[in-house]
Amino acid sequence: MSVDAAKCIFDIAEIQFVGRAVAIIGGTICRLYHSAEAVALMHYSIFNLMRQALSGHRGWGPAWRDATPKSTYDVVIIGGGGHGLATAHYLAKVHGISNVAVLERGWIGSGNAGRNTTIIRSNYLLPGNNPFYEWSMKLWEGLEQDLNYNAMVSQRGVLNIYHSDAQRDTYARRGNAMRMHGVDAELLDAAGVRRMLPFLDYESARFPIHGGLLQRRGGTARHDAVVWGFARAASDRGVDIIQNCEVTGFIRAAGRIVGVETTRGAIRASKIGMAVAGSSSRVAALAGLTLPIESHVLQAFVSEAIKPFIAGVVTFGAGHFYISQSDKGGLVFGGDLDGYNSYAQRGNLPTVEDVCEGAMALMPAIGRVRVLRSWGGVMDMSMDGSPIIDRTGIEGLYLNAGWCYGGFKATPASGWCFAHLLARDESHEVARAYRLDRFASGHLIDERGVGAQPNLH
Amino acid sequence: MRIQCPYCGERDLSEFAYHGDAAFRRPDPDAPDAAARFFEALYLRENPAGPHEELWYHASGCRSWLRVTRNTRTHEILAVSFPKPSASA
Repeated sequence: MSVDAAKCIFDIAEIQFVGRAVAIIGGTICRLYHSAEAVALMHYSIFNLMRQALSGHRGWGPAWRDATPKSTYDVVIIGGGGHGLATAHYLAKVHGISNVAVLERGWIGSGNAGRNTTIIRSNYLLPGNNPFYEWSMKLWEGLEQDLNYNAMVSQRGVLNIYHSDAQRDTYARRGNAMRMHGVDAELLDAAGVRRMLPFLDYESARFPIHGGLLQRRGGTARHDAVVWGFARAASDRGVDIIQNCEVTGFIRAAGRIVGVETTRGAIRASKIGMAVAGSSSRVAALAGLTLPIESHVLQAFVSEAIKPFIAGVVTFGAGHFYISQSDKGGLVFGGDLDGYNSYAQRGNLPTVEDVCEGAMALMPAIGRVRVLRSWGGVMDMSMDGSPIIDRTGIEGLYLNAGWCYGGFKATPASGWCFAHLLARDESHEVARAYRLDRFASGHLIDERGVGAQPNLH
Repeated sequence: MRIQCPYCGERDLSEFAYHGDAAFRRPDPDAPDAAARFFEALYLRENPAGPHEELWYHASGCRSWLRVTRNTRTHEILAVSFPKPSASA
C-alpha cells in the first residue's frame, strides 16, 4: 500500500470518527466529480472498495446523473423525494419503462425525505393498510441488495408501550390483526419490557408501564441514503433526475394532461405522476383539482450524541412521543403535529414542550441530554389519515399523496404501487384501498377513528 | 405564535385550540345534489400556501371562537375577529 493510500484511509477514518476534516471532504468530492465524469456507474462491493482504497479513492464516480430535461418522456414524475425516486426505480426495473423523468423543485431529498425520524414498521390494524405496509417492510428487507446501496436498514424493533389494561387490550387487538396478516407481533408484559429497557419510569403513578406491543422486524433506515440509493438505481437504468425544476403548470390537449410547464421549459409525457407530499394541494391546484388534504407541520428533534442507550424504537402510549437512537448516537424523537395548517417547515414551542414532557414521563434518564436541533416537515394530512395512490379523474394525471406522517416507512411500497398504477393503469393489489373517491363513497381507512379532522390523525 | 384575542389581548398559542378552515358551509340537505355537496364541504380543502381563514377556540381564556386570518407560509397572524353568525349560516 502506498503512503498516499494509507494517508487517505487515515483521512477517512478521521472524517468518520472525529468529523474535523470538512476541508478534506470538500476537496475530495471536487476531485471525485472531476475525475468521474467519464466513469460508468460502479458496482459497490468490498472488492471495489479495496481497489479504490489502493488507488487513493480517486476513481469513484458520482452516484447518479444530474440530467438536463428532454422535451418528451413516457412518464414524468413530479417530486424527487423518496416516493418519486422509488417510483422511477420500479418503473424502470419492474415494468421496463425507463424513459422517465423525475422533476424536483429543489434538490432530491430536500423535502420530507430529509425531514423525518427514519422509522420503518408495519404495525397497522386495518385491512386496507396492513398488507401495504407489510409489503413495504418486505421491500425494505431486500432493499440494499436491490439497490446495491447501503441504506442502513436496521431491524432493531419497534416497541409501543401500553399503560393500562384497556390499552393492553387495544394493542393485543392490533397485534392479533397483524399476525392474521402474517406480520410479526409480540405482546410483552411489564417484565418483558423491563428486560429490554430497564431505564424507563415503570413506577410512575400516572403512567405506569404495563407492557408493550413489539414488532421485531421494525426499526430504522438512513433517510438520505434511501433517497440517494433510489436515485442511483433509477439513474443507472436511464431515468433522468432533474433538479431545480419546478412545475408551474400543466399542458392540456383534448381534455387530458399531456405535459408540464416547468422553470426549465415545457416537458411532455403521456403519463404524469405527482408525488409531492406537503405540496400536493398546490400542484393539484395547477390542474384545477381540490384534494381531501391539509398541509400540517410536524416537528422532530435530535439530541447530542450519547453512548448506545436505546436499542430500538420506543413509543409512549399515554401521550405522543417516539424515540430511537441514530448510529451516530443522537436521540431522534418527535411527537404530535403542531395542529394548524402550515407550509412553514418550522413549528412552535407548545409542541416542543409537549414532546419533551412525553420524554420525561417515559424516560426521565434523558432529562439532561441536550437537544442539538429541531426541524419541521410539511405533512400532507389526508382526511382519514391514510394515503391516496390513484388516478385523478383527469386523463394522464396520477396522484400519490396523503402520507400524513407515515410516508418514510412507506417509501418502497409507495414507489412500487405507484409505478404499477402508472405502468398498467390499475391499482396494485396491496394499494387497492387507497382510492381518491373513497371519501365520497364512504370507504374510509381511519386507523384512529377521528373523522375528517386531519390535525388529529 | 401568538394570537390577538379581541377580549383577552395577545395570548400564547398554547391557550388556543385549532378547529381548521373557516370556509365550511353546511350544504342544503334537501338539494338534489346534497350528497355531492356534503362530500365537498366535509372533505375537500383549498389548503392554501399563504393567507388562510381559520377557526380557533380560546380554550384557556375567554372560550370565544375566533376567526383568524393567518399566513400558512410564515405563521404571521393577519387579522382576528369573532365569527359572524351570518358568515357561518
